[in-house]
Amino acid sequence: MTVEIDRSEKFAGYAHPERLVGGDWLEAHLGEPGLVVVESDEDVLLYETGHIPGSIKIDWHTDLNDPVQRDYIDGEAFAALLGAKGISRDSTVVIYGDKSNWWAAYALWVFTLFGHEDVRLLDGGRDKWIADGRPITTDRPSPAPVEYPVVERRDDEIRAFKEDVLAHLGRPLVDVRSPEEYSGERTTAPAYPEEGALRAGHIPTAANVPWAKAAAEDGTFRPVAELDAVYREGAGLADGEPVIAYCRIGERSSHTWFVLTHLLGFDDVKNYDGSWTEWGSAVRVPIVTGSEPGTVPSK
Amino acid sequence: MTESNLPQALAEIRDDFLALEQRERLEMLLEFSNELPELPERYSEHPDLFERVEECQSPVFIFVEVEGGVVRLFATAPKEAPTTRGFASILVQGIDGLTVEEVLGIPDDFPNTLGLTAAVSPLRIRGMTALLGRTKRQVRARVGQL
Repeated sequence: MTVEIDRSEKFAGYAHPERLVGGDWLEAHLGEPGLVVVESDEDVLLYETGHIPGSIKIDWHTDLNDPVQRDYIDGEAFAALLGAKGISRDSTVVIYGDKSNWWAAYALWVFTLFGHEDVRLLDGGRDKWIADGRPITTDRPSPAPVEYPVVERRDDEIRAFKEDVLAHLGRPLVDVRSPEEYSGERTTAPAYPEEGALRAGHIPTAANVPWAKAAAEDGTFRPVAELDAVYREGAGLADGEPVIAYCRIGERSSHTWFVLTHLLGFDDVKNYDGSWTEWGSAVRVPIVTGSEPGTVPSK
Repeated sequence: MTESNLPQALAEIRDDFLALEQRERLEMLLEFSNELPELPERYSEHPDLFERVEECQSPVFIFVEVEGGVVRLFATAPKEAPTTRGFASILVQGIDGLTVEEVLGIPDDFPNTLGLTAAVSPLRIRGMTALLGRTKRQVRARVGQL
């Protein structure tokens, strides 16, 4: 049971316009059978202060991360989580969140690891929905639990591990952090807490394309021509070449992964979720400091 | 943590959190968030006086006054950052009116003892630890211990 797609003009130019919905579309489809709206934020309390009517909350840290191992939850836990939230395998899931959808994109990427087919983002996320004066409520829905099948996570297609990145060096890598983090002046985003990397800098040969270049002032995604200018012309990404994106813990690079995969149509994009908090502390991996991409070490 | 160093107001807040189920702890944090007092007029027009707590993921600003050995703590954070507001509100309610010695004696790991680590995540708790650290630092600066 799939809910019709948003055929707005704005999305038509994207490679996979069915991955986005706008505010008008969502407001018109709220409550439709087969549609589940999910809020996923950086701030763990934001949903409680008010959310889109009928939406449920999934937290990137307390729900999607494994509490013990640095990894995502497994197929069994994912099935239990989604089933309890009233999400079926064939539900259309629309995710939205704060900070231009960083965590929403991260949640969408995790849903994709489990092969959930119809998962979309609300263009502009939470802030635009509220700025547009659309309805918000503090009422919590109580969805009837459903059966979600246990599907094992597939980490090989869209997720990169440290070893994959080492083997990939010299091929397209996108560092989506701020220029200060990339050059090595600091290991955290400006105004963000220290998340513990021992060294500062970037992965050799990575191009620096801060995630926000894909977002307009209002948090919506930029039109395809502007995205092409940033990623194809600017960063030199070419169709047919595998790309790996990374940031600090994998949330901002999920945003870029979404742009490259669903909006620009690159067919082999991976998100390295270990990102700088792993690479910047790992033993025997090369780094580069300064604002140039640098070269692959000979050994 | 040395129990004896924890001021009573903060100990009560901690015990209130620990008495609740995980989910209710979040609700209580939200109540704190909603209770963060508005800045008094003398500060509401002087954002320049406030120190930004860089370690927090959302903009939060604090300012400490010390008069006659008594500490007053003021904080401001946007409504769009309820978790950060909640942390600030706990500290304002627990610290405002304490003596300099009492504030400096608060164990630095107080934020980790509230039972919020599972509900909020350790990463987010760090913001509150930074808030407490910067509050103490300002107190020291005011009384010339820096």
